[in-house]
Amino acid sequence: MVKLLQQYFQRDRGGNSMLGILLFISVMVPVLNLVVPESSVFHVSTYTVTLIGKYLTFALLALAVDLIWGYCGIMSLGHGAFFALGGYAMGMYLMRQIGDRGVYGNPELPDFMVFLNWSELPWYWSGFDMFWFAMLMVIVVPGLLAFVFGWLAFRSRVTGVYLSIITQALTYALMLAFFRNEMGFGGNNGLTDFKDILGYSLQSDFTRASLFAASAIILALAYLLSRYIINSKLGRVVVAIRDAEDRTRFIAYRVEYYKLWLFVVSAILAGMAGALYVPQVGIINPGEFSPLNSIELVIWVAIGGRGTLYGAVAGAVLVNFSKTWFTGILPEGWIFALGALFVVVTIYLPRGLVGIMNRKQAAQT
Amino acid sequence: MASGLILLQGACAKQEPKMNQSSAANQISSGILYASRALLLLLTGLIVAWIFTSTALADEVGFEQAVQQLTTRKFRDKEKAVKQLADIQDKRTLPVLQALLDARLYYRKSDKRVVIVVPIDGQYQLSDPLNGEQLGTAAKRQLKKIGINNKLRKLLKAKLASLSLESPDVEVRLAAVEQMLGHLDEAQADYITRLAEQEQDEDVRDAMGSALALHQLEHGSDEQRLQAISLLSGNLSQVVNNHLQALLEKNEQGEFLETNTTLRKAASRALDLISSRLQINSIIETTFFGLSLGSVLLLAAIGLAITFGVMGVINMAHGELIMLGAYTTYLVQSAMPNYTDLSLIVAVPAAFIVSGLFGIMIERFVIRHLYGRPLETLLATFGVSLILQQLVRTVISAQNVAVSNPSWMSGSWQINAALSLTYNRLFIFIFAMVVFVALLLILKKTALGLQVRAVSQNRPMAQAMGIRSGWVDAMTFGLGSGVAGIAGVALSQLTNVGPNMGQAYIIDSFMVVVFGGVGNLWGTFVGALSLGAANKFIEPWSGAVLAKIIVLVFIIMFIQKYPRGLFPQKGRSAEN
Amino acid sequence: MSALDKLRQTMRRDQVWNCMMPHYTYEDVLDTRKGPILYLEDVTVSFDGFKALDALTLDINDGELRCIIGANGAGKTTMMDVITGKTRPDEGSVYYGQRIDLLRLSEPEIAALGIGRKFQKPTVFEHHSVLINLELSMRMDKRVWTTLFSKMTGEQRDHIDEVLQIIGLQEEYHNRAGLLSHGQKQWLEIGMLLMQDPRLLLVDEPVAGMTGQETERTAELLTSLAGKHSVVVVEHDMEFVRSIARTVTVLHQGSVLAQGDMDEVQNDPRVREVYLGS
Repeated sequence: MVKLLQQYFQRDRGGNSMLGILLFISVMVPVLNLVVPESSVFHVSTYTVTLIGKYLTFALLALAVDLIWGYCGIMSLGHGAFFALGGYAMGMYLMRQIGDRGVYGNPELPDFMVFLNWSELPWYWSGFDMFWFAMLMVIVVPGLLAFVFGWLAFRSRVTGVYLSIITQALTYALMLAFFRNEMGFGGNNGLTDFKDILGYSLQSDFTRASLFAASAIILALAYLLSRYIINSKLGRVVVAIRDAEDRTRFIAYRVEYYKLWLFVVSAILAGMAGALYVPQVGIINPGEFSPLNSIELVIWVAIGGRGTLYGAVAGAVLVNFSKTWFTGILPEGWIFALGALFVVVTIYLPRGLVGIMNRKQAAQT
Repeated sequence: MASGLILLQGACAKQEPKMNQSSAANQISSGILYASRALLLLLTGLIVAWIFTSTALADEVGFEQAVQQLTTRKFRDKEKAVKQLADIQDKRTLPVLQALLDARLYYRKSDKRVVIVVPIDGQYQLSDPLNGEQLGTAAKRQLKKIGINNKLRKLLKAKLASLSLESPDVEVRLAAVEQMLGHLDEAQADYITRLAEQEQDEDVRDAMGSALALHQLEHGSDEQRLQAISLLSGNLSQVVNNHLQALLEKNEQGEFLETNTTLRKAASRALDLISSRLQINSIIETTFFGLSLGSVLLLAAIGLAITFGVMGVINMAHGELIMLGAYTTYLVQSAMPNYTDLSLIVAVPAAFIVSGLFGIMIERFVIRHLYGRPLETLLATFGVSLILQQLVRTVISAQNVAVSNPSWMSGSWQINAALSLTYNRLFIFIFAMVVFVALLLILKKTALGLQVRAVSQNRPMAQAMGIRSGWVDAMTFGLGSGVAGIAGVALSQLTNVGPNMGQAYIIDSFMVVVFGGVGNLWGTFVGALSLGAANKFIEPWSGAVLAKIIVLVFIIMFIQKYPRGLFPQKGRSAEN
Repeated sequence: MSALDKLRQTMRRDQVWNCMMPHYTYEDVLDTRKGPILYLEDVTVSFDGFKALDALTLDINDGELRCIIGANGAGKTTMMDVITGKTRPDEGSVYYGQRIDLLRLSEPEIAALGIGRKFQKPTVFEHHSVLINLELSMRMDKRVWTTLFSKMTGEQRDHIDEVLQIIGLQEEYHNRAGLLSHGQKQWLEIGMLLMQDPRLLLVDEPVAGMTGQETERTAELLTSLAGKHSVVVVEHDMEFVRSIARTVTVLHQGSVLAQGDMDEVQNDPRVREVYLGS
């Protein structure tokens, strides 16, 4: 048994170091933020904690995309939609937590509903005052959408570019829908002005650090789950589907069910990422559904190296870090840089940064 | 030859008032107010300029003197001047008197020069009533309004009516009658009755008949009223509609105000006819809007259909190639500011070349490296689209730019009182059809077309036959991109031109291509027009955004049921 | 079928829903007592007016080794597509044994019933090792959740070793399939077919790109399979066909032109006309 475990961990060296780093920072960053005094050089500011926490939720999202794109060849250009839906579910909970502390002081209705002269909470908002229900919805809503959409798409064998574009159309349609005030999700402005989560103020350092730790731990767990899936026989079937879909079908695998299963798992991971993202940045609006976001996160995965789970994580963190850094010194230049990344990575680095590292390693040995 | 009044009417009936270059410099918060003022300004200028050229020199001095005499303080002298102006057979009279009546006639305190003003943004835009020259802007305190009293107002109204009703210009007469519809007094009715007997033009005579009938309906005997109703039956004017509707109104006790049952029945029949005609009108109008949207979609999608059909990849920068075409239009217009009418015609080949060259560059530097990896191509071209957008933002501006409509695309085609089709949409529809046919011919009849079809059907075989597939790819891509550029020229006439304009079209274009069936231009044609029409027919009861969502969801479902679109390519090669 | 019909079908009281069915093997339902294991009748497939199959009628006996020859475009591959559920015919019926209507089933269902197919172009999972290629093909419960938790048993491993021996890839078992030579890929694909433990093998051009020695071994293998399995071989290589064939069917323009043993077929005037143009 020990031997088996050893074997299991040995296969994924990059992943193990990543897991190590995650565990380390999930403890260290909160400590450096909360315990080490501000005057110390080792102190990590709350701003940085939140920033890295945000990167970690993006990393989780990238992991979700890599699972289906890197391993199953399904390039979803609509994963931002699942992320945003998870975010909205969390946002609705946070909105209900505001209670009567809103601008209008209405104990039942969020501010924007009062503003729109709504008299009562729409039915789909009920239950979101309970944390467990909201968390259930974080999983159920993206999962269900992915299930329905995937069931239709995979059953009728929509693949390749077609699938990519209809996923993009899906998130585009959702964006248009969420922009409408009548939908009851705050329209243009989305959900914001959150006060607290589970009774803890969202502004406090402690809550921020806890959210950070939660993000790191959930990312680590999601990573372990993804790795289990990929290394299981199911994972092999999925790769087989990517490489030769027809062949897989002719050896009696119901390809559409496998795709659907993985798509739903991936959507749920994306939804969880969204739910972790919203309390840290303090807002969720329809802009998250924008097709641009979804396609951008595909490039995170491509840069890190698709088909390796830790590559996706590294790519997401790296790109977002450079984005923060770049927009700080040269805001105009970022779009050029991002555009160039898309072109250069797809043409010259089909395996991403992980591909480069592996090639170097192979050259050394 | 369109006259000022009808132009004004046409411009107001236009669905989307487009900002004109002359006024683009001024910024004002209220868009509608801004646009209508700008139009008024432009129109006044246009009318006066046109009128000036055709003035007889003989009356020149008299006209000038009379205008100058308006600046007098004495109302009696003003009255004299008005009469004198009305007597001179001069086309400039009408705008001057109208301005006087509307309190838009001023003189400059400095040199007593009489000017017609249009207020813009707290400032007054001046033009010379004598020659239509634009005199720049002035503050209110530099000007003095030429005042009128009630007597003068009455005189002006009468003079204006008779001037316009007896104008040699048919359009002016028609507009004047239509303006008077529903509020004739006894004297005017008699006057019009007299005029109607001599009127040569059928439309004007009909309009006069309607106006008189409406007058009868108000003031005549029951028999005359009945006759009037039968005459007005089916008339689409809103005024007539209101008057007929009034006959069917009830008081608070639920009794009809109109006691004559026969009249009421006749009125309700007439209204039925009107409403059924209006319904037909609205169907025609919706169809027109649908086809118009469809033609826009067709223009946007057809280039994509070519590149996608041949290469099997989506060029995500296609929308940006459209955007480049629109910007080319803008640049061409800026380069030849005095030839707005001509610039659009120059812009078409220019945009084709610009976007085509960009397309060829994209193919050579990006897509060529990614054959057989369609998903990666999608990503890379998306990167290209980001770069192109940012390029335009950096080099030109992040703001939208103003592209003006040439005169032959402004205005609208008035079919009846309640239905008019704007020329710009009409032209763009025709333009889309021409582009479509041209492409069809290129692909069917030319050597390039033959090679393109060969490569798209079987690449290795085409190569084996000695077709340089690399060259064909570049040319096809150039062609498809060039067409995108042309689409940009057309779109610049309908929507705002900005760095982001292309993004709005890429998903729609792709949906059209896939809905129609890949590799089939006719499929794209049918797909574009039917989706455009569907969108516009859903819109009235769902709103624009929801209509778009519904259409998107429909296509998503459709693709899942028929992954190969409306007109699928069948066969063994298509299976793999 | 209308939605209502579908609902009625679903709600029929004398049937159990598919998802509730016990996992049974095809041996329980396959009925070949009357002889044929595969029976095609009047099967027509057309692509845009071109008839790839034109009222094709054909039957394959249980345990038979049948060779099918025909010029390009004669409909050989389309026939295999129809049998394996990839292409739905416009008309006709296809029965597997006495009772199973293949036209109602999807590709995986047909494959699960013991019909294995080897493609014209060797198709293996290039990123997986030879071992995993074989493991994935193994006949077992292939539902999603079972697959997620499944572990290879010793028995299964023995079976794989056995097949590795047959296809001569013992040395290569750990290598990625993408690195194999063309002939080895052909063998691997045959091995994957064997792992499925099929009753009926459809083999499309098995010896294309093989050396003479490899061809010989393939012939031996296919011959040895017949009897226990039924084998349908599509092949252009006449020498190969002669070496294994008992019965040969000639397809021409989507229907059967001639059938019989090799000599009969070769002397058939119609066949000579089609092949030699004389």
